[in-house]
Amino acid sequence: MQRMVIQRILIGFVTLWVVSVLVFLMTNALPGDVAQIVLGQSATPESLAAYRAERGLDQPLLFQYFGWLGNMLSGDLGISKAGGATISSLIGERLKNTMVMAGIVALISVPLSVGLGLMAAMYPGTWIDKSLTFGTLALISVPEFFIATFMVLIFAVQLGWLPSVARVSAEQSYYDWWRSMAMPLLVLVIVVAAQMIRMTRAGILNVMNSPYIEMAILKGVRRKRIILRHAFFNTIGPIVNVIALNLAYLVSGVVIVETIFAYPGLAKLMIDGVQTRDLPLVQACAMIFCATYVVLIILADVAAILANPRLRNPK
Amino acid sequence: MSDVTQGADAETDQDMSIYDELHDAPPKKRLKLSWTGKIGVVIVIFWIVIAVIGPWVAPYDQAAILDMDSYLPPGAEIDGGGTHWLGSDKNERDILSRVLWGARMTVGISVIATLMAYLMGVTAGIAAAVKRGWTDMILSRINDAILSLPTIMLGLLIVVALGSSIPILIGTAAIIYASSVYRIARAYGQEIMVMDYVESAQARGETIWWIIFREVLPNAAMPLATDFGLRLVFVVLFISSLSFLGLGIQPPNADWGSMVRGNLEAMQFAEGWGILAPIWPALAIASFTIAINLIVDDVSAESGGDLAKKMIS
Amino acid sequence: MAELFEIDNLQIQARKEDGTPIPIVKGVSFKVKAGQVVALIGESGSGKSTISMATMAYCRPGLEFPGGEVRLHGEDVLSMDPQDQRELRGNKVAYLAQSAAATFNPAITIGEQVTEAAVLHGTLTQEEANKRAVELYHALELPDPERLGRRYPHQVSGGQLQRLMAAMALVSRPDLLVLDEPTTALDVTTQIEVLKAFKKVIQDEGSAAIYVTHDLAVVAQIADHIVVLYSGEVQEQGPVEQIINNPKHPYTKRLMAAVKPTPKAGMGELLSDQHDRDELNVEVKNMTAGYGGIVNGKPVITVLRDINVKIKNSHVVGVIGESGCGKSTLARVIAGLLPAAKGDVFLDGKKLERSLKNRSQEELQKIQFVYQMADTALNPRQVIGDILGRPLEFYRGIKGRERREEVAKLLDLVELPSDFESRYPSELSGGQKQRVNMARALAANPEIMLCDEVTSALDSIVSSNVIKLLKKLRDKTGVSFVFISHDLSTVGSFADEIVVLYAGRVVEQGPVDEVLAPPYHPYTRLLISSVPELRVGWLEDTMKKREMAVGIARGVEITDTGCPFYNRCPIAIDGTCDREVAPTREPSPDHFISCHRTMEEIKQIEENPQQILHGFEKPAPDGAKTVAT
Repeated sequence: MQRMVIQRILIGFVTLWVVSVLVFLMTNALPGDVAQIVLGQSATPESLAAYRAERGLDQPLLFQYFGWLGNMLSGDLGISKAGGATISSLIGERLKNTMVMAGIVALISVPLSVGLGLMAAMYPGTWIDKSLTFGTLALISVPEFFIATFMVLIFAVQLGWLPSVARVSAEQSYYDWWRSMAMPLLVLVIVVAAQMIRMTRAGILNVMNSPYIEMAILKGVRRKRIILRHAFFNTIGPIVNVIALNLAYLVSGVVIVETIFAYPGLAKLMIDGVQTRDLPLVQACAMIFCATYVVLIILADVAAILANPRLRNPK
Repeated sequence: MSDVTQGADAETDQDMSIYDELHDAPPKKRLKLSWTGKIGVVIVIFWIVIAVIGPWVAPYDQAAILDMDSYLPPGAEIDGGGTHWLGSDKNERDILSRVLWGARMTVGISVIATLMAYLMGVTAGIAAAVKRGWTDMILSRINDAILSLPTIMLGLLIVVALGSSIPILIGTAAIIYASSVYRIARAYGQEIMVMDYVESAQARGETIWWIIFREVLPNAAMPLATDFGLRLVFVVLFISSLSFLGLGIQPPNADWGSMVRGNLEAMQFAEGWGILAPIWPALAIASFTIAINLIVDDVSAESGGDLAKKMIS
Repeated sequence: MAELFEIDNLQIQARKEDGTPIPIVKGVSFKVKAGQVVALIGESGSGKSTISMATMAYCRPGLEFPGGEVRLHGEDVLSMDPQDQRELRGNKVAYLAQSAAATFNPAITIGEQVTEAAVLHGTLTQEEANKRAVELYHALELPDPERLGRRYPHQVSGGQLQRLMAAMALVSRPDLLVLDEPTTALDVTTQIEVLKAFKKVIQDEGSAAIYVTHDLAVVAQIADHIVVLYSGEVQEQGPVEQIINNPKHPYTKRLMAAVKPTPKAGMGELLSDQHDRDELNVEVKNMTAGYGGIVNGKPVITVLRDINVKIKNSHVVGVIGESGCGKSTLARVIAGLLPAAKGDVFLDGKKLERSLKNRSQEELQKIQFVYQMADTALNPRQVIGDILGRPLEFYRGIKGRERREEVAKLLDLVELPSDFESRYPSELSGGQKQRVNMARALAANPEIMLCDEVTSALDSIVSSNVIKLLKKLRDKTGVSFVFISHDLSTVGSFADEIVVLYAGRVVEQGPVDEVLAPPYHPYTRLLISSVPELRVGWLEDTMKKREMAVGIARGVEITDTGCPFYNRCPIAIDGTCDREVAPTREPSPDHFISCHRTMEEIKQIEENPQQILHGFEKPAPDGAKTVAT
């Protein structure tokens, strides 16, 4: 079992390395000469050359890559060309905002969706199941921006209960903070929970075809106990996997929600970086997203290994 | 047909042949859609037809500026005669016409991109499953890396780097979604590769091409077709989201995602039912994607949730 | 007073897509008295499993009860409300399924699963249930009863799981026990052990039972009353002696005819000698093979050790042994599907490459492999015509109209109608699929066919028909066969020579009539005496023989030193058999037995087993020598 866990973690590192190569190559393919953009149209050829030399931009790509990778590993994310601030300082605040939002959404949506998914599986064919199945189907089928705009239309425009923009600052009272966060949180919970409810239900119903479930029925076990004790424990692996994928999405895939509600998160920062050709910033953000994904997936895999009695208790 | 009619000893055969070997398996079922599935089929066919003939059935050109006022409510008369059945948009264009024109962009681009994603993903996935070893290792690591980049982010990076044009949009969506197709195709491929009939073909000395095209692909076709539907939904949502962020299909071409974005402010400024301007294209997207999912739900329920298992593991 | 249990005109049906009913069970009636064991016997599709589940008012999704009654203590369980039906299951009526490996939940400990029903129904507290479970483990002769409950299902063997399921059913002292093919998936040696345990607990507990199976010989050991089912209808029923000694119905007679005879010398049918049979066809020399790659010239997991087998032209070599002995591995090495680690395979005197990738097309053509499960061996997306046509085209270049004619000939050879060429495998029955599976191998025009357990997944009648067909094919084509089976009587009726494998080593080999006659290797003897006879009381007689009790309780273990059968052998010599490789003895020409005992000793044991084995204890304390000499 330990071997499997270690193997899984090593594969994670390999994936991260491949990611770093991809990110580096892709950001280098962004159009425009960095030196030119930074120093402006009026820069002299000498100053451009000096800038390139200073940043190592005149060296072969391979050298640039290893230099960048080395800096990244030692915690030096580089300097943003916009204003010359360090990337770490730029990212710091944004990362905190993103993590707070992702954390709250996870705390609400994970128990909620596992619970609702189990409920749908417990009473298949009833109105609870049917409305959950169709409701979540509709929700995963529509774009998030549709859900977000629809909510704005109802809660901000028509009812006027909540602000349509999520401006957060240190001076806000708790009440104001929650009021401004309410709408983006609600949208994200809906989007993420719909996925997880469907997968939990599908996972449980899939196991429900096993002979050991039929045996439990023939032992006179109640359906509730069959689902919670007999089926759920055999579905933990896949469910944890879906949760991990959705949490990874919360950290990185929330561009649309952050854009609509003007929330100062990491994804928004990266979009801005892309638009201003701020290479080091984009690279740093991309690596953070990928690292989050890889770590979450490893955690999910390890959890699945631990949840499997075959692997936990060898013969 | 009996297992014994011609085989067994003659003397015991005569009175025994009435006892045929019984069939244990239930009678073969043909794919049968529920009523929700049937509705799905009707809606999907409707939009595909519109994608082809939309520009001819639309009452106006997608770019035609028809009146002086933005966000007219549905049913408003046009000055020069005629009606805005779904109202008009920010730039005084007919929304119904633009939704019909937009089908070509949104549905057409998504279908082509998904087909390309399938071509790449299935080829690589089956190759990894059949060749195993280093081929599998390298393809899988690259694939993991692409999968670990958030789709929308990756899309934005590529589109910003290369500029937004229809071919680039298609290529971007195809590459991004090819990686999830790869995972599924590889999983099915691996499952089929350990079947005895494949081993039997290998033992016969068949080439790798025979194994792929005659033994593996025909058996993976049905589940992959189901997954195609789901993938198409994701691509539609992806393209629409890019358009919503202003990086997808560029004006004056109508497409559903950018129509939502373009008319968002109607919700604050329009009067009466004019606020529905962004809702119509959003409904178009939702109806198409929900319809596909309704069909997929029916088909995958038929196959015992096997696909769901592959998708989450 | 009402009967304990009674099924009265029971009907069960499925429905077609358009709603028309398809009857599955068509008015079945029978009774079970207290303490009685009633056997439901029939082939797959006869509705016997469906009926067995109906005892608990349960039917699989898609089925329904349109009529009839199922009465327990005079009360109809079908018309009870669901709550009462649930109270009945696992409490008054308990169920044992065919495959214990699939019926135990992999994520829950054995103890919790065994006691669950009793605790949930409130018949016992958790402590009482645990205590009772341990008692049952003792009664069922399970190892380490005190700690068994804390283990997970994957940590115990298949035969043990099957007995644990009996414990699970018995824990709440049910009035009626329903056993659905509980020994079908087991090896013969394990089957007899499990049967014995079942019979003992059924007697001790005094509960009534319904025993579902397709095997008449098993029924004869355990049942009091037999109900013969075919296609959802009762064909004949009566006391066990009457049905077995004097069957009336033709279907029962046919079931009787399919019962396997006791393996003994002279049981086989001689081959008409129209083929040249003296040439050596395939030879396996000093072969060692296994899985997990090769380290220091040895496979990581060694399955076969130092195997030598000779197969002459148009001969049938039967390979026999329990599961895990390496039978299939031997065939896979010959076919090149698994490259050997050491040793070589010769075809017509020419050395073959170990891996099939390096063998020539002609070599591949000459050796054909027939898989056990026709379900996975036939591509579900190809019609029979293509499945059979491809080898014709590939090896022999036969195309077009000629190919169709050849396919028709092949179908005729395996006694299937020629219009099957346009069917898909899913449209065929199990036996028909197995015939197509063999026809595909024949299409290559091979010299030798490797048949891996080709009859073990089939019902007894179908299986006996397939064996008849194989015999005809042998006579008609002159092909050599390696016939792998765990069923000694099937092998004995068909093979010219027998190779007995145990834990990856050949313990005995030779002409069929020599192997099936004394002197036997102790393992061969165990196998022969484990095949159930169609005779009431056989089980008791066999269990009385002391060597059986010592011989069967353990699973196959692959060992590095000594004789692999040492820990199950009733006549093992401590200090010798566990340390040194057994010498190979040759009691008659071409008959080899690997054993430390001399042939004289073995013969003495045969003549008077009781005397020689009297007082024999194993494992012997303080390494005392056995008393055999």
